[in-house]
Amino acid sequence: MSALTTSPRRRGGGFVAEQLDELDQRYHPAAGLRRQFNKVFPTHWTFMLGEVALYSFIVLLITGTYLGLFFDPSMVEVVYEGPFDNLRGVHMSRAYESALEISFEYRGGLFVRQVHHWAALLFLAAMFVHMLRTFFTGAFRKPREANWAIGVVLILIGTFEGFTGYSLPDDLLSGTGLRIASGITLSIPVMGTWTHWALFGGDFPGTEIIPRLYIIHVLIFPGILLALIGLHVGLVWYQKHTQFPGPGRTEKNVVGVRILPAFAAKGGAFFAVCAGVMALMGGLFQINPIWNLGPYNPAQVSAGSQPDFYMGWSDGSARLFPAWEIVLGDYRIPAVFWATAAFLPLFFVIAAVYPFFERKMTGDNALHNLLQRPRDVPVRTALGAMAIMTYLVLLVSSSNDWFAFYFDVSLNATTWMGRIGVLLLPPITYWVAYRWCLGLQRADREVLEHGVETGIVRRLPHGEFIEIHQPLGGVDHHGHAIPLEYQGAPVPRRMNQLGSAGAPVAGSLLKPDPAAETAALERTRQELAAAEEREHAGDDGEAMAVSRDEEREALAGRLSDLED
Amino acid sequence: MTSTRDDGSARSGPDQDGPRQDGARFEGAQGEGPPLAAEGTHPPRVSGDELERMTQPQLARLAAELDDVDVVHNQDPWPVPGTRAERRAAQSVVLWFLISALSALAFLLAFLFWPYEYVAPGTPGYATYAAYTPIVGGMLGLSITALGIGVIAYVKKFFPDEVSVQQRHDGPSEEIARRTVVAQVVQAGKETGFGRRKMIVGSAGLAAGVLGVGVGVAAVAPFVRDPWKGGDEAALWVTPWRSVNGETVYLRYDTGDPEEVALVRPEDQEPGSMMTVFPFREADRGNEEALIHGLRASDAPVMLIRLRPGTPTVWQPGRDLHYGDYIAYSKICTHLGCPTSLYESQTDRILCPCHQSQFIATEYGRPVFGPAARPLPLLPITVNEEGYFVATGDFDAPVGPSFWEMGSV
Ligand code: HEM
Ligand code: FES
Repeated sequence: MSALTTSPRRRGGGFVAEQLDELDQRYHPAAGLRRQFNKVFPTHWTFMLGEVALYSFIVLLITGTYLGLFFDPSMVEVVYEGPFDNLRGVHMSRAYESALEISFEYRGGLFVRQVHHWAALLFLAAMFVHMLRTFFTGAFRKPREANWAIGVVLILIGTFEGFTGYSLPDDLLSGTGLRIASGITLSIPVMGTWTHWALFGGDFPGTEIIPRLYIIHVLIFPGILLALIGLHVGLVWYQKHTQFPGPGRTEKNVVGVRILPAFAAKGGAFFAVCAGVMALMGGLFQINPIWNLGPYNPAQVSAGSQPDFYMGWSDGSARLFPAWEIVLGDYRIPAVFWATAAFLPLFFVIAAVYPFFERKMTGDNALHNLLQRPRDVPVRTALGAMAIMTYLVLLVSSSNDWFAFYFDVSLNATTWMGRIGVLLLPPITYWVAYRWCLGLQRADREVLEHGVETGIVRRLPHGEFIEIHQPLGGVDHHGHAIPLEYQGAPVPRRMNQLGSAGAPVAGSLLKPDPAAETAALERTRQELAAAEEREHAGDDGEAMAVSRDEEREALAGRLSDLED
Repeated sequence: MTSTRDDGSARSGPDQDGPRQDGARFEGAQGEGPPLAAEGTHPPRVSGDELERMTQPQLARLAAELDDVDVVHNQDPWPVPGTRAERRAAQSVVLWFLISALSALAFLLAFLFWPYEYVAPGTPGYATYAAYTPIVGGMLGLSITALGIGVIAYVKKFFPDEVSVQQRHDGPSEEIARRTVVAQVVQAGKETGFGRRKMIVGSAGLAAGVLGVGVGVAAVAPFVRDPWKGGDEAALWVTPWRSVNGETVYLRYDTGDPEEVALVRPEDQEPGSMMTVFPFREADRGNEEALIHGLRASDAPVMLIRLRPGTPTVWQPGRDLHYGDYIAYSKICTHLGCPTSLYESQTDRILCPCHQSQFIATEYGRPVFGPAARPLPLLPITVNEEGYFVATGDFDAPVGPSFWEMGSV
């Protein structure tokens, strides 16, 4: 496409144009780039959730790499002699000592540690919420099942990435978590002890586990995550994003903004906001103050030990499951196996195959690019609500000791609440969510049929009271609302959504703008919009485009500065 | 193929066609014009001459059209120059960038000059030290956030308000592509004899398979350690309490200094209390590594409990391993291995803080609530002629979480 650059119109292009020309002569990216610039991306706030996960992952990579330059994952026994008084003279592993050094001796080290930890929490939280978004809107349906499955693997590895990360400092809390992981590994029938010996290099804890977790945490898992995220986002790019139903939106198009300029600029800006918020959190809110916990010691533990939230449900499940140990002659299946090593992976498998399950059950084999509102798919929504409830009961159960403490209830009662809750609440949730969806559907249909409630009650001459509705689709010659078809898109429920509240006067806090200016802006915008519409309606797009450009220039009272 | 595909257009969504791109200047993909846009699916025919004559805005529009994008709405938000509203919008954007610049400067100065060396609480200078991370992080965070908000404000207030429509091209490829590529693969198979030469293909598969297994085994093998090395004395069956060569194993407590050996006598303990004790052998004195091992081994910690006098107790036959009111239980929970640290002297219950398993100290450490299934192992103890507690053997059962090979202990 070097022809473009030699065009007389590019005379004034200057340095940048020249450089682009040089690039294009070598790599001819012009057409390919243009295609990417022209990619249309639909906008909806929920589509940012995946981006939040992406941005927090980038922050994790940056802060984690930096921490890695100072952290020493060694289990060698040392005696602390650093500046923190309370631990001076205490025996600890070199890993714990180096985490203390980062916290106390390097300028800004504590800040980076805290940003890293907050970013990890945000990463997992964003992934969860993003997963819920794609679930409840049916974004996982054909042709996007693979991306959903990749997402499930991302959450799984993300969870373990977080766990391996917070196990590294070898403090009392993380060591206790590692001890529990060791117990879970041992509980696996047949291969548990062998797996444990392979993983830990022997009995717990040994001296190999932290260095090994370190390589897993900084190299293996991030590498897999990076590759999978690349694939995941690449597939979104390649298959194009789904969109919510709305005016002009079909299964076969994408309505939104182009990558260049708006989406790219907003994406970059949003990365900055996310990174900024993580920096604020890392600076202002303390997290994981390992120096208060002390070094790991198998003989010690602090009450109220909780893992990070994303491991919480596994802890809750370990708390609730009854002590049903199965002895088979010389062998034994530990009770805890069912609650952890067997049950937790099951959740992920169910999640991963859900799209295929739904396709089988509904027989829906079509390609879907339009999203669904959760209320329009009550069974799926109710199943999702049920899964969330199960998860929440387990998560809350992982803090049942705090719950008992703060609310002054018996500890054992809270365990029973969890046990009964995890069996009873999910089906109830299913039923409630299902009915709720139907109720919402009916409410939408009612508005489409009769119009929006205005809140105006009128008494007719014969004494009857009626409430006035504002019809959405006009009235027939009897004055009755013309019913509208439901289109899968949100339906206005209040008059303000139809603009009955008006708009604020343009101006600053202190004074309004000159009325003439406001009116001129308003008028010009309307005229331009009308011109745009005419142009689109007309056959001769080109002529209209030219006239629109002229009109705009004339209205603006200046020459387009795009021309030289 | 395409015709049999259900593209979902029968659903209740608003499937009315979006604003169509104007096809007036477009021809089909097989047009014979110069291929100026090689990979657009509907490249418009634009001759070199026309291209020369197009203005820059026209070229920009053409760019969108070449990629099947119809810019339905694209409005300059400020069509009337010089309004107060526009000036105000510009000022608000600039303000965010100024906030960003200022806080970045504050960050840099604080990072360099604010005292960051640790100061203990209650010492002068603690408040300043404690403010280091909030100030540095707060300023950096503010700067980055404000930068982002500034760009967003710029986009919202000054970028043209845009609605574009792009056609998707998903679903199966065109028939010609599908057929040709399949034919190509089949042809390649034929020409190379891949389908016919069963011997070659089979032996190649064999080579790849054996190689794969070999490399796989080689990768895993270095990790494999035998948990049952030592037979009856394998790590999972024995603990540091086991007496080797009949030497005495004392009970000691942890004073924080491994070298400082504090042995335990019955009178050291109040009735109704618990203390954590560890194994000690005279042979280990002066050997720091062995001493630390005794204190830190995951199966070593023991809770020495002294019941209140006269507390009724229940023992399993043959496991009557207490010494008067003193009982020594493994501190390692039989659920997942946490230290069962909380001894409640009123009820004689032992509570594990990890998942709240509860064991009863007066009944051989039987689990009475929660997820743990096995009693806490008992350590047989007595008092020797010097008046110190000593272990008379290893625990009566394997310590810690259950595992497959444990069987019915
Ligand atoms: C490392 C974590 C993840 C990152 C960085 C990530 C990133 C993204 C991004 C940027 C998008 C496009 C924007 C959006 O729709 O939000 C996306 C779409 C998608 N993600 Fe993720 N995601 C992650 C995890 C997950 C998980 C856990 C799932 C579900 C199990 C999932 C399923 C999907 C699906 C189905 C889409 C397509 C959505 C559509 O086109 O409407 N992702 N992802
Ligand atoms: S480790 Fe003790 S209850 Fe789970």
